[in-house]
Amino acid sequence: MKILVMIKQVPDTATKIRLNPGDVAIQTDGIKWVINPYDEFAIEECLRLREKFGGEVVAVSLGPSRVEEALRQALAMGADRAVHITTDAALDSLAAAKALAQVARDEGFDLVVTGKQAVDDDQAQVGPLVAVELGLPQVTVVIKLEVDPEAKTIRAERELEGASEIVELPMPAVITAQRGLNEPRYPTLPNIMKAKKKELKPIALDSLGIDTTPVVRIEALTLPPERPAAKILTGEPEETAKELARLLHEEAKVI
Amino acid sequence: MASGILVVFNQEGGRVRRVAYEMLSLAQKLAPGSITALTFGEGADQVREAVGRYGADRVILLSSPTYHRYSSDGFAQAVAQAVEAVDPEALFFPANAWGKDLAPRVAGLLGAGLASDCTEVHRREDGRLGAIRPIYAGKAYARVAIDSPRQIFSLRPNIQAVEESGRAADVLTVDPGLDASSFQAVVSEVIQSQGGQMELTEADIIVSGGRGIKAPENFKVLEDLAEAVGAALGSSRPVADEGWVPHSYHIGQTGKVVSPTVYFAVGISGAIQHLAGISGSKYIVAINNDPDAPIFKAANYGIVGDLFKVVPALANEVRRIKQDA
Ligand SMILES: Cc1cc2nc3c(=O)[nH]c(=O)nc-3n(C[C@@H](O)[C@H](O)[C@H](O)COP(=O)(O)OP(=O)(O)OC[C@H]3O[C@@H](n4cnc5c(N)ncnc54)[C@H](O)[C@@H]3O)c2cc1C
Ligand SMILES: Cc1cc2nc3c(=O)[nH]c(=O)nc-3n(C[C@H](O)[C@H](O)[C@H](O)COP(=O)(O)OP(=O)(O)OC[C@H]3O[C@@H](n4cnc5c(N)ncnc54)[C@H](O)[C@@H]3O)c2cc1C
Repeated sequence: MKILVMIKQVPDTATKIRLNPGDVAIQTDGIKWVINPYDEFAIEECLRLREKFGGEVVAVSLGPSRVEEALRQALAMGADRAVHITTDAALDSLAAAKALAQVARDEGFDLVVTGKQAVDDDQAQVGPLVAVELGLPQVTVVIKLEVDPEAKTIRAERELEGASEIVELPMPAVITAQRGLNEPRYPTLPNIMKAKKKELKPIALDSLGIDTTPVVRIEALTLPPERPAAKILTGEPEETAKELARLLHEEAKVI
Repeated sequence: MASGILVVFNQEGGRVRRVAYEMLSLAQKLAPGSITALTFGEGADQVREAVGRYGADRVILLSSPTYHRYSSDGFAQAVAQAVEAVDPEALFFPANAWGKDLAPRVAGLLGAGLASDCTEVHRREDGRLGAIRPIYAGKAYARVAIDSPRQIFSLRPNIQAVEESGRAADVLTVDPGLDASSFQAVVSEVIQSQGGQMELTEADIIVSGGRGIKAPENFKVLEDLAEAVGAALGSSRPVADEGWVPHSYHIGQTGKVVSPTVYFAVGISGAIQHLAGISGSKYIVAINNDPDAPIFKAANYGIVGDLFKVVPALANEVRRIKQDA
């Protein structure tokens, strides 16, 4: 099986967001960059499928030179090789998906796996957009995956609100990974060393001949409004509970 | 010229989630242009009256057996056909599991821009629609413009009051001419989770527990408060990771992002990843025995104290107030 896993490098979830007036992107100096948490589940699932059925796992990422580090980490986890679509430009989801789909199209894959959502822009679009671009079916927010490479079929469980559903579909297909799918492995030291020798091929975004004019444009960014100073109650539990209930009832009028 | 809004949503046996009415109410406010509702599946015919009440002028009911089982590729094609017939300026989808699966698929087919999980959609000075959407799980908000001719938005539940319009929706017959046998990814089974827990992203009040509750059996202290105030239950990530509660309870940057009227954070320290997921709450109430816990900085109200004493007292007090009212 030939599998493509798409990984996005995002600010660590512990990052405090800083903005300067007029910014349409966050201040990135001093930020620690990591693999999007959902993409770790995606990588792990691909590695397990290869371990079970054989084949190859290729990791692809689109972004500036720093994303090489994320790709090296995917290689250290066990991906066989990596493709880096290089650009300093900020693309919207549609343009990003077109570029990523181009790589998938050029090589041909049995399965394309992405995270369910990037924890920076939270658009949750790239997987389905890649699927449409390639004319493939999709299952999103997958928590359980069964693949039959012989029959070329997939049976996936996806998470809904207070329920889940089983989706059946043919391969090739696009899958987006959700927490609960698996427990991602840590790269071991020998594998980190090995990863340094694995192929990491740069492809200039410009060479793909894709129209990257955004259709979704960020015009302004703001921080959430500050909450008014909290009313903090201390003292005997019965009294504080009584006072809180009164405040919620009379002041906030929510109970 | 394209005008009006096509509001696309799911229903089960005639049951519609409130977010559908919220979307229709929002569409009403954004007029001019007619509002068309579109839904699928068995029982779809039963929603006609309700969608009219909340603002739809017309409704497309794809209730034939072709649409009895959800298929992202099949339904996306059907929506694209409806777009041809209706020619709307914009499409609304609910930002729930169903809508977040379908909307980007439709966006791809139409080559249109999609803004996901919006908390606001407004009419801009240039006459087009624009939106506000949280990024970094709510650590910041982006104002976005969509430049494609057709604009697509998915809307977060609970961001719009439901308003009746007293309209009556006409049925608009659209036959996308699709055959279910051409659908590729098809749902074969739906598995309901036990308990019938209220959906967190739609809940008006949430009582959420952190590691401070110490053991899974102690969660019943929170269940009691939840019952008293009429809340859904949630948790911090470690509590779900430990298996004390189902994964679906997990709130935060890597879990559910919620926007209730009131969020009770009980025995939760207030780590940045947790706060990200609750910043859309109108009121945050913190109960923690550590006066320096960061959650108090994010809260509107707080009690410094032992949750095992405070929470039962609060539940009793709430019951008393509700009885008097
Ligand atoms: C300076 C700056 C300005 C920006 N301006 C805009 C703007 O004007 N409009 C706008 O819409 N966006 C803007 N963005 C965000 C944009 O660049 C996003 O990366 C893009 O929208 C795709 O990511 P997503 O969040 O939509 O991914 P999602 O759809 O949430 O990601 C889902 C999955 O897709 C895969 N994936 C996503 N992106 C990549 C990638 N780059 N490489 C490999 N796999 C990937 C991953 O597997 C991920 O888990 C800006 C970003 C920056 C840094
Ligand atoms: C990549 C990544 C993603 C993450 N994503 C998320 C996420 O989405 N959501 C999330 O929640 N976390 C997330 N985390 C974890 C996060 O960093 C914190 O570790 C976590 O939120 C802490 O959970 P907690 O508040 O329940 O536990 P703790 O931090 O252990 O806090 C327990 C609190 O209970 C209080 N307490 C103890 N006993 C009592 C008592 N008797 N009465 C009252 N109070 C008491 C303590 O004072 C303390 O403040 C993520 C971490 C990483 C690295």
